Order: sequence, then C-alpha cells, then structure tokens
Amino acid sequence: MNCDVCGEKEASVFLTQIVEGKMQKVNLCEACSKAKGVNDPTGFALADLLLGLGAAQQLEKGPAAAKCPVCGFTQGDFKKTGRLGCSECYVTFADGLTGMLANMHKGTLHVGKSPGNRARKRELNARMQTLRETLDQAVATENYEEAAALRDEIRQLEAELIP
Amino acid sequence: MKLNRIIANAGEWLSGDGPHRQVVVSSRIRLARNLARTPFPGWAKRAERLHTLELLRPAVESLPEMRESYAQNLTELTALERQVLVERHLISREHAAKGAGSAVVMNVEQTLSFMINEEDHLRMQGIRCGLQLHETYAMVDQCDTELAECLEFAYHDDLGYLTACPTNVGTGMRASAMLHLPGLVMSEQINKIINSVNKIGLAVRGLHGEGTEAMGNLFQVSNQTTLGESEPQIIERLNEVILHIIEHEENSRQQLLEKRPAMVLDQIGRAFGILCHAHSMTSKEALNLLSILKLGVDLEIFPNSDAAPSRATIDELFIETQPAHLQKGAQGQKMTAEARDALRATLIRAKLNSLPPPDTAKVPLPEVSKQTDDE
Repeated sequence: MNCDVCGEKEASVFLTQIVEGKMQKVNLCEACSKAKGVNDPTGFALADLLLGLGAAQQLEKGPAAAKCPVCGFTQGDFKKTGRLGCSECYVTFADGLTGMLANMHKGTLHVGKSPGNRARKRELNARMQTLRETLDQAVATENYEEAAALRDEIRQLEAELIP
Repeated sequence: MKLNRIIANAGEWLSGDGPHRQVVVSSRIRLARNLARTPFPGWAKRAERLHTLELLRPAVESLPEMRESYAQNLTELTALERQVLVERHLISREHAAKGAGSAVVMNVEQTLSFMINEEDHLRMQGIRCGLQLHETYAMVDQCDTELAECLEFAYHDDLGYLTACPTNVGTGMRASAMLHLPGLVMSEQINKIINSVNKIGLAVRGLHGEGTEAMGNLFQVSNQTTLGESEPQIIERLNEVILHIIEHEENSRQQLLEKRPAMVLDQIGRAFGILCHAHSMTSKEALNLLSILKLGVDLEIFPNSDAAPSRATIDELFIETQPAHLQKGAQGQKMTAEARDALRATLIRAKLNSLPPPDTAKVPLPEVSKQTDDE
C-alpha cells in the first residue's frame, strides 16, 4: 500500500480515527509521517491531517497551474502544509476551497463580526484626494476627456464612502 | 517589565474567582487575525515576518488595555521561559517553537495575551476565571475593534476573517473552557459525555489542547467550526453545553457521595496522604492527586478553617509543579527528571503538610459495616 501523502513510498504508519461516526483512515510512509508530526503524539491531530489531505484533494479540482499572484503559493504547497499562503489565496483557490469549507463548517457564509471599516475608509479618502488633485490639473490643462473620466470615478468613490 | 515579575504572580484566572468555579477552571477566547495581502507566517520569508512584527507589536502595545504590559520577542526568551508561558496558557506550544519575527505581548493580570506570528499574524487571547465566556469575548472583541482602526485585517465579505488554516476562517474565533470533571471520570460517565459533545460539533481535548492527553481530570471543550455562525451564537451554544456538563458533573459528585461515600473518602484520603508524605512525584501523578484533593475541597470534606486546603492553594500547585515552573525555580541549573520529581514532592509537602486532614465525620457513612462497596 502506498503512502496517501506522497503516493510513492510504501506506507508503514496506519492511522484510524472515528469522526462523527465515520471511520477515517490514513496510511503514511515513514518520511511523511515524520513530516506531519505523527511521531510526536503531543503535537499531532489526525483530524488536522485528514482535513489537510481531504482539502488537497478538493483543491485539485481547480485549474492545475493556479498560483497565487500575491504570494506565489500553489496547490502543491497546500497539499504539503494544509495551510494557505496569504489572504489572496482564498480568492485564487476559491473554486477548490468552497466544497472543503462546506464540509468543515456549519455554513459557507460568514455572519459574524466585520472589521470597523476605518482603515478601508482611510484608503478610499486618500485615493479621493489624489483623484481630486488630478482632476484639478486636468481642468487646468483643459484635458476635458480625462477630467470627465476622473469625475465619474470620483462619483463612484463618493457612493462607496457615503453608503 | 521583566518576565520574572509577571510570573511571580498567579494570573487572574488562577487566583481570582468566577461563576461555576467548582467545575470550570477558566474560560478562554482566541481570535485569529491576519494582515491583508501579506504572506501568512508559515509561508512568509524571514524579512516578511520581521516586517509583520514591526507593524503589529507597536499597535498591540499601544492599546489602552495593554498600558501595563510585558512584551518580548521570542528569540529573546530561553526555551525554558517559553515553556513557562505555555504552562500558564499564555502562549501556545506551536508559538513557543517559533523563531525570528514571533513575539508575545501580555498584560500584567495575564488576562490578555497576543501572539505575533504564530500560525496567523496575530492571535489574541483572553482568559478569565470560571465560566465567563461572554465577558471574556467582550474583552478580546474590544481589543480587536481598536486594532482594526489602525490595521487592515484580511477580510472577505463572504468568508469573513481569512486565516492560514481554512478551519479557522470566518470568525477566526476559538472559544473554550477548561473543565474539572473528577465526578464524571470516577463514575465512568466521561466517555458518554465526550461522545455526545463531539456529536454536536464541539471538541473535547486534554490539558494543553489538540492532541494532548487528559490529565488531572481536566478537559477543554471548544467550538469546532468558525464559519456560518456569529461569535455570540457560537459562544451561547458552547455556554449551554457547558452548563449541561456542569449539571452532570455536580449530579455525579452528589451521587458518588450518596452511593459510594467510602470510595470517595478513600480516594481523597489517599490523595491527601500521598501528597503530604511522598518524596518523589511525577507531574502526571501530582496532577491526578491534586485533582482528587480539589474534589475534596469542593465537596467540603476538609474542616471549616482558614488552615484547610483551599481551591486557590491547589490551583497554584497545579501550575507551580509543572516541569518548566520547577526548573525555573532552580536558578539556571539544569535539573534531571528525578531531581524535579523530588523538588515537586518537597514543594507540595511544604504547602500541604501543615494543613488539617479530611474530616471524615463530614460525610455520613451509614452502616459502614454493611457497606458492600468493595472498590
């Protein structure tokens, strides 16, 4: 029997856990079991490993070459670590993650707290400032085409700032 | 502020008082937060981790809640000092193993601690005495709101707070309570309870979290899922389950006293005897015996006097007799396990020896001669 993680070496560590009445089994080779911390029972949770493995299988449904544009993380990396690379990975690997999150959680939509939008507001205000200055310049140089485009963008931003 | 000054005092959750203190040792809330568009600690390069630290540490330290606080980069702490923090539940075992870029910030009361560059960029934890999940959340929530004013946390409209591990996404919240359940263990009902708690999507774990053994009849109950329910909903669900467990625990303690008083007295008497007279004791044995002694205090089997062992005395021993705490007291000399076991026994004897033994008259033993309880 081959190892479930690397799929290459012969498995020598066999794990079984019953989760919510369902038996789950994982077979690992020695190298992978060490890498996953199975040899250190204090720091190891089968559920974690199972979720990681299941997750990797889910992720493979996504486009094979996907790579996070922000951090360079790939599906292979997720398979190895069971963790994502950065917040953008949730967008990059969205297709593969949806099913996995549905299995893991009570729902698929966040209904709890959201951050005070001050930081975001600050960012928008700074952008607004730049736009207004550019608009003034465009008007001063009688570049009316650009000015019109800028005016539209400013209106959009205003709508976002004053909900 | 020096680490030694902080740990010279027991944390508020250890020495204070809180609702349902006879069963619930402490309530904890942990929130995971990350900076937007910044690689998570496990994927970040050293320079990126250091940058995260530079951004987060001053932000956390300038919180009004952290006016009197202790902050330290983990690289400046010895392995032993980190282990002391783990034994106090102020940092996680995972965090203790981290290197450059990781730091801890905690307040003097040890009710709030912030782990920088753990699995996520920031993990903030609140810990309080007894069953106070809502109160503890309010405390951590406030810090989170204040931090969000100057930091942009990774947040997705559908998925909520984004975390390194998809199991934490959404609220990023883990709410947990440490329960002392000697009654359910003695009456062999504990597995039934663990199974039914698991079935409703809550996790039961040992003393130091995931993958650790249950010692000293201590169990941690926490939420398993973080997406699809709001923070108050998760906490309320957990709270209700814990109230049920408390009821079961108290019932089983009462039943043990009524139906098997000889066995209960025997166990408490033996625990007291061994703790008062042993000259070598492993931390596991100490935890288990102290747990029984605590049950004795809860059942009011000790004489009503100020000299009698109190819950606080025992809880402090729970922490002080852990390996790193003992080693810390040895002033830099590396102790062998045998030396630690001897020191542990000495420490316990010193604290308990002068205390009055259990007062057996306080538990009625009806017709002892006819008692068939031959445990």
